Amino acid sequence: MVLNQWRQPQTLRRLVWVLVSLPLAWLMAKALAIELGANPVETLEHETGSWALILLLASLAVTPLRQWTGWGFVAPLRRTLGLFGFAYAALHVLIYAVLDRSLLWSELLADLVKRPYVMLGMAAFTLLLVLACTSPRRVVKRLGAARWKVLHRAVYLAVPLAVLHFTWLKMDKNLLARPLSYAAVLGVLLGLRLWWLKRPARGAAGLQSSPAGE
Amino acid sequence: ADLPATKNNRWATLEKVTDSSLVTTYNNFYEFGTDKSDPARHALSLKTRPWSVVVEGECNRPRTFAIEDLLKLAPMEERIYKFRCVEAWSVVVPWIGYPLSRLLKAVEPNSRAKFVAFETLADPQQMPGLRSPVLDWPYKEGLRMDEAMHELALLTFGQYGKVLPNQSGAPIRMVLPWKYGFKSIKSIVRIRLTEKQPPTSWNDSAPREYGFFSNVNPMVDHPRWSQATERRLGEGALGGLFAPRRKTELFNGYAEAVQGLYAGLDLKKWF
Repeated sequence: MVLNQWRQPQTLRRLVWVLVSLPLAWLMAKALAIELGANPVETLEHETGSWALILLLASLAVTPLRQWTGWGFVAPLRRTLGLFGFAYAALHVLIYAVLDRSLLWSELLADLVKRPYVMLGMAAFTLLLVLACTSPRRVVKRLGAARWKVLHRAVYLAVPLAVLHFTWLKMDKNLLARPLSYAAVLGVLLGLRLWWLKRPARGAAGLQSSPAGE
Repeated sequence: ADLPATKNNRWATLEKVTDSSLVTTYNNFYEFGTDKSDPARHALSLKTRPWSVVVEGECNRPRTFAIEDLLKLAPMEERIYKFRCVEAWSVVVPWIGYPLSRLLKAVEPNSRAKFVAFETLADPQQMPGLRSPVLDWPYKEGLRMDEAMHELALLTFGQYGKVLPNQSGAPIRMVLPWKYGFKSIKSIVRIRLTEKQPPTSWNDSAPREYGFFSNVNPMVDHPRWSQATERRLGEGALGGLFAPRRKTELFNGYAEAVQGLYAGLDLKKWF
């Protein structure tokens, strides 16, 4: 009975909403209490960026999880986690532009054209923005499921770009442990999909994606 | 412990001193971990007594100084310096120490002494960060002789009226306010006078990003970020959440004092 309750898409989705909102609530509470450390802007930038990556990877893990366990009820979480990943990415970009660079447009623009890691990050964010904008059900309807599906394969470009953005930032300081662990998880998640593609019998089910909800 | 010193008003910036709670919890001291909160948590394991500093190389009177002797070598001054990290944040700190030139003169450099090389302690027993190969240990820094003899180059033993906390480079470090913070080497155990330019840790690790001089210069960007502006820690509402960035000054505002050292030098090439 209790288990069935959990398997209700609504219940599960709400639970995930609460869970993935917790880091933001925690950061806001710490910010108001002036407990984000000596450089609160940097802390917020790092934290929102990390949560964006973690949630995007989690979103990519939903389909493999469903494949592996046969839990059809987790399918809607792919969208929920993806949208929350986008939300954290949007906060990350806002904090960078407004709090960190004080909206100095000349500096922002110079950053964008001169710094590869900023370019990579903005490319990832632009793709995610398109995906988020085409996520509401009525947009999906207007696009048509087939086109939506093709468009949303861009996530397989956006997430690697985001991981590369983080890796590039840390690269020359030899602080690669965390970016490489994200890259490893991403490698497994994308590798699974390639593997499914090569086995057409299961591949069809493995890459089955349908817009919003299910 | 308190460290008595006479305030040197010639070298006391009038800018607001940064709260010591920020300066002691936000440190780059990779020997204790790469996160900026790591040194404050892990540097308690550093034993600062007994401590000695070997001063050797191109000089007439090389010797090993016990820390107790170094504390007595010259009168302690308090200087309030601006301190600008290469990562584009800055603080204002009242340091306590005396010019490095006092120590160097004591060993009588010879005519071949063109550079000064410094080394940080590298003891895996006390420094958990050494297990990770982020840099080629021990940490090394260096100065040209005329830079080392400049009166701004402070051999530092204390801050905020007290002896240095471990995470700030106890018991003895350099402070070079016109250079990026990583030049101000911490927890020094060896000083060597050399004829050739010595290797330095960050320059070895990423020569495109970190030069030997590493003078603060808003016109020369780090390859991955701009150096035109900086964030002063603790400034602004909510602990610095809404502070506008400050413009970075050439030589961190000490141009008048140090630009003579670099006359005729292309600062873009020799960054």
